[in-house]
Amino acid sequence: MTSLAGVAQGALRMEGFWTEQSPKLGFAAIAIVVFLAVMGLVMFLADNAPRKGRDVVQLLLFVLPAMLLLAAGMIWPALSTMWQSVTSKAGEFVGLDNFVTIFTDPTGQVVLRNTLLWVVFVPTISTVVGLAYALFIDRAKGERILKSLVFMPMAISFVGASIIWGFMYTYRSEGFPQIGLLNQILVWIGLSPYQFVETPPWNTFFLLVVMAWIQTGFAMVVLSAAIKGVPAEIVEAAELDGASAWQRFKNVTLPWIRGSLVVVVTTITISTLKVFDIVRTMTGGQYNTSVVANEMYTRAFRLGQPEIGAALAVVLFILVLPIVIYNIRVLRQHKETH
Amino acid sequence: MSAAIAPEPVVDAADATPSGGKAKRVKKRLTSRTATFFAIVIAALWTIPTFGLFVSSFRPDTDIANSGWWTIFTNPSFTLDNYTAVFSESGASSASLGVYFINSIVITLPATVFPITLALMAAYAFAWIPFRGSSWIFVLVFALQIVPLQMALIPLLKIFNYPWLDIGGTFPAVWIAHTIFALPLEIFLLHNFISEIPRDVMEAARVDGANHAQIFRRVVIPLSVPAIASVAIFQFLWVWNDLLVALVFSGGTVRTAPVTQRIAEFAGTRGNDWELLTAAAFVGTIVPLIVFFSLQRYFVRGLLAGSTKG
Repeated sequence: MTSLAGVAQGALRMEGFWTEQSPKLGFAAIAIVVFLAVMGLVMFLADNAPRKGRDVVQLLLFVLPAMLLLAAGMIWPALSTMWQSVTSKAGEFVGLDNFVTIFTDPTGQVVLRNTLLWVVFVPTISTVVGLAYALFIDRAKGERILKSLVFMPMAISFVGASIIWGFMYTYRSEGFPQIGLLNQILVWIGLSPYQFVETPPWNTFFLLVVMAWIQTGFAMVVLSAAIKGVPAEIVEAAELDGASAWQRFKNVTLPWIRGSLVVVVTTITISTLKVFDIVRTMTGGQYNTSVVANEMYTRAFRLGQPEIGAALAVVLFILVLPIVIYNIRVLRQHKETH
Repeated sequence: MSAAIAPEPVVDAADATPSGGKAKRVKKRLTSRTATFFAIVIAALWTIPTFGLFVSSFRPDTDIANSGWWTIFTNPSFTLDNYTAVFSESGASSASLGVYFINSIVITLPATVFPITLALMAAYAFAWIPFRGSSWIFVLVFALQIVPLQMALIPLLKIFNYPWLDIGGTFPAVWIAHTIFALPLEIFLLHNFISEIPRDVMEAARVDGANHAQIFRRVVIPLSVPAIASVAIFQFLWVWNDLLVALVFSGGTVRTAPVTQRIAEFAGTRGNDWELLTAAAFVGTIVPLIVFFSLQRYFVRGLLAGSTKG
């Protein structure tokens, strides 16, 4: 019954809570109202602009707010970060010194190696599992619910997923009751419990599994839509020719969904390169688990090394760049051929 | 992020029910016993971790510390104490999660409304107001999706901390940061949609004497509601689940930091107090889950149209 008493106490405190918190909600509401009012005023001005040059005025009022924000908040900062990456903390030009530091110091090399592991394994695992699942449940009874189950992690935050998996990985010394499911399974089959998160080098693998777990739903949904786009006549023709399920998949389905596969793999690769929350939440980068995105945050905002942080951000940019360009090219080719 | 558009004919994944006898025949041949087995294994692997967390958040703390959550099937005992604990604002284990929850709401709502409004206007201009350099600037905006937001963090924080602005660590800083980071993708997605509005409709409105502002209000916004809904859900989930932008721009204090920040902090400082972590994680997850399950159709549609960002 302690819980009921607790709830009652909580209810008593609620009043104080709301007196303190409601101004914040009011602030958000006012912010939205003021913002929409300003936008309404912009519309009003656009409406009543003098007939001469009205189109120009309207154009500026429509485009400028977004463009100014992008110029001040993305273009200038990106250029500034690039400049910072080739300067010392004091602001002197040092060429590629910061990059040399990243690539030569032992922590930096571990970070790069881990990032590479993430980029190789997360897209592979998510795409293979997502595609297999999409194929297995295609047109099955309850397909919608089966999809929701695998898709659900997409809605959970990286932080939430990290807690969920951290709990799965929990370790208790041998002889004590295990509270993490995975270690309990190890004990059940007669092995010793294992410190999944703390033991390098395999811990990186156990961390990236969390990202794969989240991204599989994305792969599954996009690929499932693509599979449903395969014309039934082609599949049936292949069947009449006596093609086995595997042959049909390899020779009919796979070529047909190639474009979607590329999109899925590249999109997951890009998200994987940039993900920071999982490492931050699960280890904070300890036990040799850091990746570029996490190291960037740690250096720039925790260790007071903004120049190294800037260089890491540029490394991230350079890693992402070719994938995005490839992605766009494939999309364009695809549009031309279809 | 990225220019990911599902290039295949898009079928809403939610209404993927077989139609007619043909589908049934195909079904019979495609589903084998092995396939079913693996599908079940995958579904279990993707559900059990979340289920374990959910169940644990309702177990008494001594139980959580001394036995696995799967023992509830033989030895059930439930409590709401963990939730009382994470919401408590006093005492040693005070997590004040309620305050952070409010912060999340205060951050997320404006950070969803602002960028969509601005992106809609810009997207309309790029699609329907012809001007010199229009396509060139649009490509530039599109290309900005390539820039990881990590590239912008340090300088943007510096701007927010300029004496004449001085909004670092406040809600407006987080709103503006989220708005800026959302614009490239949202302009791109909404442009795709708005540019598909039939030219006849637009011209009819012009012939009636409507100017751009009027067309935007009376034609474009009403016709774009489905696209706006998809983009809004995405932005809402993105902001609610975000950790990086919140950490950098909210200052990380109880005044402004969101739930995700608090939970991540907990994972670092109270990593073994699973009774708190499980309940806190569930509180942080409940809003996205409700949004997800009630609006899954829009969510899937948005995903197929534009993929993720970051």
